[in-house]
Amino acid sequence: MKILVCISKTPDTTAKIAFIEGNTKFDESGVQWIINPYDEWYALVRAIELKEKDPATLIHLVTVGGVDAEPIIRKALALGGDEAIRIDSNSNDSFTVAAQIAAVAKEGAYDLIFTGKETIDYNSACIGSMLSALLDLPFISMANHFELNGNTATVKREIESGEETCEANLPLIVSCQKGMAEQRIPNMRGIMAARTKPLKIVAPSSTTATTSISKFDLPPAKSGVKLIDPENMDELVRLLKEEAKVI
Amino acid sequence: MVLVYLDQADQQIKKASIEALSYGAAIAKQLGCTTEALVLGTTQEDLTSLGMHGANKVHQLKNDALNFLDVKVHATLVAAAAKKINATVVVFAHNINGKAIAPAVAVRLGAGIVTGACSLPNTSNGFEVTKTVFSGKAFASIKIETPIKVIAINQNSFGLVAYNNSATLEMIDLPIPTASIKITKVEKIEGEIPLTEANLVVSGGRGLKGPENWGILLDLAKALGAATACSRPVSDSDWRPHHEHVGQTGIQIAPNLYIAIGISGAIQHLAGVNRSKTIVVINKDPEAPFFKAADYGVVGDAFDIVPKLTAAVLKAKTN
Ligand SMILES: Cc1cc2nc3c(=O)[nH]c(=O)nc-3n(C[C@H](O)[C@H](O)[C@H](O)COP(=O)(O)OP(=O)(O)OC[C@H]3O[C@@H](n4cnc5c(N)ncnc54)[C@H](O)[C@@H]3O)c2cc1C
Ligand SMILES: Nc1ncnc2c1ncn2[C@@H]1O[C@H](COP(=O)(O)O)[C@@H](O)[C@H]1O
Repeated sequence: MKILVCISKTPDTTAKIAFIEGNTKFDESGVQWIINPYDEWYALVRAIELKEKDPATLIHLVTVGGVDAEPIIRKALALGGDEAIRIDSNSNDSFTVAAQIAAVAKEGAYDLIFTGKETIDYNSACIGSMLSALLDLPFISMANHFELNGNTATVKREIESGEETCEANLPLIVSCQKGMAEQRIPNMRGIMAARTKPLKIVAPSSTTATTSISKFDLPPAKSGVKLIDPENMDELVRLLKEEAKVI
Repeated sequence: MVLVYLDQADQQIKKASIEALSYGAAIAKQLGCTTEALVLGTTQEDLTSLGMHGANKVHQLKNDALNFLDVKVHATLVAAAAKKINATVVVFAHNINGKAIAPAVAVRLGAGIVTGACSLPNTSNGFEVTKTVFSGKAFASIKIETPIKVIAINQNSFGLVAYNNSATLEMIDLPIPTASIKITKVEKIEGEIPLTEANLVVSGGRGLKGPENWGILLDLAKALGAATACSRPVSDSDWRPHHEHVGQTGIQIAPNLYIAIGISGAIQHLAGVNRSKTIVVINKDPEAPFFKAADYGVVGDAFDIVPKLTAAVLKAKTN
């Protein structure tokens, strides 16, 4: 069994969101970087659990990013991957990122590819679906449960009104969310081991970007909260009806 | 020509897709072209009535094997249909099915894609669409550089628009690829309003102290006809089911009204709800950060205030 886990680097969830250079660039000063929570807590940890059940499993991690993505991929290795691949590209274009990962995935002939549900910075939710088209593989999105029985995976995925259980044969792509696994904290042994685990750096293959970011904007500030007397809930209902017009 | 993919559940077109159709028709108007829609599978609706939401023509591939999502199959079909009818813009709802298929369709069409879109395209200098980024804390304008464009529009960001088009229904004939997954079970949450589709949401946090106290919140939700949600620690402690968890690591929602009860308003929580049109915060701590993001606030004990609010809602209803 060979599993590829896609790892992306995102600003910490409490990072201050600000832009520079005429609102064309995210202000990275003072920002702490983390592994995208969906990739770490759910995709990677579920892969590690599968390896714990079947020690013959190999887990490869892939990230598309510059040299500043290395601490992130090392942290992921400390949690449990066997090897990591960094594709040296800083592209923001989902298609470019997916095409880079697809090239690595083809070469590695993985049985299973895990991604997070989405990154918490660009919120694209694109990579898993794009990989399915690029590699012509089945894709199950927003999975919250994953079991493997031989060559067949049983996966639960979220739907608007509940949950669906599906079965698919490997090779398969799955995007992961809450429910897949329980969050883990890397231990000292893992951190030491990660230092010597192989991290391969690959030059990006040439692709043409399909999109580009022209500018960022912050939402207009709220005009301030209107406080309502706790003894006068009729007034709140009136405001919701007549002023906000939402009920 | 603008093609809008309409997803369905239980043989009904989803509300988010109807909104995507209104949005697609507005783009078509901007570009001076027609709006066509694509339905995969069978439905119980009169699809020609989609004219009133902006469709000029509805294409249907009637086959009940397509009623459940198989991304590989659905994406192949949507891309094939888009090619067959020469679509230049393909629109999806940014809901669960739309998120799953749209990026694969974009790849199959060699098209650039914007997901989580929240504006009509600006075509004054190329083709630019605004989307939410950083979990609703900012917007980015994305330029699509390819001849064909794919857009997945955020739910509840464009709204429903009335058109008086009359739509024709045409069966489209495309070879259906073999299934790549098998659906073995569908579990519905009975009687509840799906959170992502709800206009009104009542949500509770750790301030409610324990699952046994949720009755007051459920009563309010019932009085309003609202869906229920919760903060992460609440679902982590199993006070409420996991699918109710909203926030950065839970579900992101954008209802018309979000009522937060006993929730402090941590940045990760706000990331899931800050696109709500109106936010009401009920919290006993006047310094709770949530008040900064709120439109209306009530400072006080939820156990005292929520039943009063429920009574006021019911009273307003009978009047
Ligand atoms: C990486 C990361 C991701 C996260 N993702 C999410 C996420 O997706 N969603 C999420 O919700 N959180 C998330 N969190 C957790 C988040 O930081 C907060 O810890 C959490 O939102 C707090 O939940 P709470 O407001 O219910 O509880 P608390 O912070 O404990 O707040 C309880 C509030 O209730 C009020 N209160 C107490 N008693 C009463 C009463 N009787 N009447 C009225 N008010 C009362 C208090 O004043 C307080 O403001 C995440 C954290 C991290 C680090
Ligand atoms: N630069 C990247 N390198 C590796 N994996 C990525 C990268 N960007 C996104 N992913 C993966 O794709 C998932 C969805 O990301 P996105 O489509 O960008 O929202 C993430 O949760 C990651 O698993």
